[in-house]
Amino acid sequence: MKILVCISKSPDTTSKIAFTDGNTKFDENGVQYIVNPYDEWYALVRALELKETGGGSVTICTVGTATDDAVIRKALAIGADEAVRIDAEPKDAYFTAMQIAAYAKDNGFDLVLTGKETINYNGSQVGGMVAEAMDAPFLSLASKLEIAGSTASVELEIVGGIQACDVQLPAVISCAKGMAEQRIPNMRGIMAARTKPLNVVAPVEVEDLTSFVNYDLPPAKSSCKMINPENMEELVDLLHNEAKVI
Amino acid sequence: MSTLVYINSLDGLAKNALEAVTYAKKLGGDVIAVTNGGCSSDDLSKLGEYGASKVLVDRSVTGNDPQQITRLIATAVESTEATTLVFSHDLVAKAIAPRVSVRLKAGLVCGAVDVPNGDTVKVNVFSGKAFGFVKVNTNKRVISLLPNSFQPEGGGSSCAVEEFNGNAGDAAITVKGTKKPEGEIPLPEAELVVSAGRGLKGPENWGMVEELATELGAATACSRPVADIGWRPHHEHVGQTGIAIRPNLYIAAGISGAIQHLAGVNGSKVIVVINTDAEAPFFKAADYGIIGDAFEVLPRLTEAVRKFKASN
Ligand SMILES: Cc1cc2nc3c(=O)[nH]c(=O)nc-3n(C[C@H](O)[C@H](O)[C@H](O)COP(=O)(O)OP(=O)(O)OC[C@H]3O[C@@H](n4cnc5c(N)ncnc54)[C@H](O)[C@@H]3O)c2cc1C
Ligand SMILES: Nc1ncnc2c1ncn2[C@@H]1O[C@H](COP(=O)(O)O)[C@@H](O)[C@H]1O
Repeated sequence: MKILVCISKSPDTTSKIAFTDGNTKFDENGVQYIVNPYDEWYALVRALELKETGGGSVTICTVGTATDDAVIRKALAIGADEAVRIDAEPKDAYFTAMQIAAYAKDNGFDLVLTGKETINYNGSQVGGMVAEAMDAPFLSLASKLEIAGSTASVELEIVGGIQACDVQLPAVISCAKGMAEQRIPNMRGIMAARTKPLNVVAPVEVEDLTSFVNYDLPPAKSSCKMINPENMEELVDLLHNEAKVI
Repeated sequence: MSTLVYINSLDGLAKNALEAVTYAKKLGGDVIAVTNGGCSSDDLSKLGEYGASKVLVDRSVTGNDPQQITRLIATAVESTEATTLVFSHDLVAKAIAPRVSVRLKAGLVCGAVDVPNGDTVKVNVFSGKAFGFVKVNTNKRVISLLPNSFQPEGGGSSCAVEEFNGNAGDAAITVKGTKKPEGEIPLPEAELVVSAGRGLKGPENWGMVEELATELGAATACSRPVADIGWRPHHEHVGQTGIAIRPNLYIAAGISGAIQHLAGVNGSKVIVVINTDAEAPFFKAADYGIIGDAFEVLPRLTEAVRKFKASN
């Protein structure tokens, strides 16, 4: 089975979020990029497990510029066979998804895995868009995935519970917690990642449907009101009369 | 100009459905709701009270298959000539809205927190640490509204409900079964949440968290290490790598307030923090703080809520 895992980069989860150029650009000063946690911990690791038990190959795919190669190597160190970088600035989710879908269609992948969302834009958009462009089913927020022949059996997060369902491949599946456990790359993996193929391919032409104009930081919280731990009646009173939440 | 709102009514009308209709009404113009499933016409007609002028229902689509619903919505957009399509950004919409955007070639804005200003919409980005302003470059647009950003505004009169054939085709996904824990309030929807972390010391101590939650009618949540060690189920884990919630009230006991935890809860309207350590970073994000032992404060708070309820 041929599995394609969509890998995006995101700022390290502890990064300070700030903007420059009149709030039009994310301030990358001092920001460390990591592999988006959902893509790495859940999608990639589950893909590797499926390959280990059922054979086949795992390719990782990123829409990005040469500055993303370091992050791609980090993902390769965890164990994919090869990487593909579609050489373009990922302008919006639609642009990104059309690139991935074009590549996946041309190269006959049975299964495309994405993370649940990127932790910078949190859109949960790319996976569903790839699926629609491939005219394939999309299973969103899977917490379990098994493959038998050409059938994928998954458990999905639904409002207030879990749903078990089956779907025929090819399919696109977004991966959430529960799929797999985080793997720490070992020295061998890191060494091997240096020489694994990282193919750079040209993007297809796509118009951008949306664009980020500028950003804003939320107002700082006014200072915290301290309450005597003996006096929970006061807290209840404040929650009722002042905050009006109960 | 008309706006179409997709309503997921399989389990009845949830609050976020009413929020979406209220939001659509604020855009000006005619509001039409479209839905699938078995909700009674009587119930659906209530969407009129929040601003819908009619509801289109395709009862042949009995599940949540995103491909079927995408086709259904595309048909409805065509027949209503709607230019804006509104979703509530819940688990169902996350699977459908992106598909619809591609099918209609309409720019998608996910996680909207405000009404559009011209062609620009304000969204939540960087896990709630910032806002972005997204410009839509297409004539048609799809807006997926972050739940709990607008309160439902009723008061109108009920509206007509029309049976509708959305040419939805067959489902691609075969549903084998659904597990929903009985009686629990689903966390993503909850208005009140009681959450606890490693400070609770062990799973055997969650009784007091649950008691407070029951007394308040709140859902329970936890920090990541607590779910990772197996003290609590995975679906309770909130934060950067768990789920993001925006309740009206978030009570956090024995949670330090690491930046990755805050990323999942900083959209809460009011945050109460209970921690023995006055230096815990969570106090910086809190509205009300209690420096104290959760083992004493939680039962006391439960008792105070009980008294409050008895006298109100
Ligand atoms: C990439 C990445 C992603 C992450 N994602 C998430 C995420 O999604 N969600 C998440 O929660 N974490 C996440 N984390 C982990 C996060 O950094 C913290 O380690 C975690 O949130 C700490 O959990 P905690 O507050 O329960 O435990 P601790 O940090 O151990 O804090 C326990 C707190 O309890 C207090 N305490 C102790 N005893 C008592 C008592 N008797 N009464 C009251 N208070 C008491 C202590 O003072 C302390 O503040 C992530 C980390 C990384 C690196
Ligand atoms: N630039 C990108 N290159 C490759 N995959 C991406 C890119 N951006 C997003 N993805 C994938 O799409 C998923 C959802 O992203 P988003 O729609 O931004 O929340 C991510 O978890 C990735 O798996």
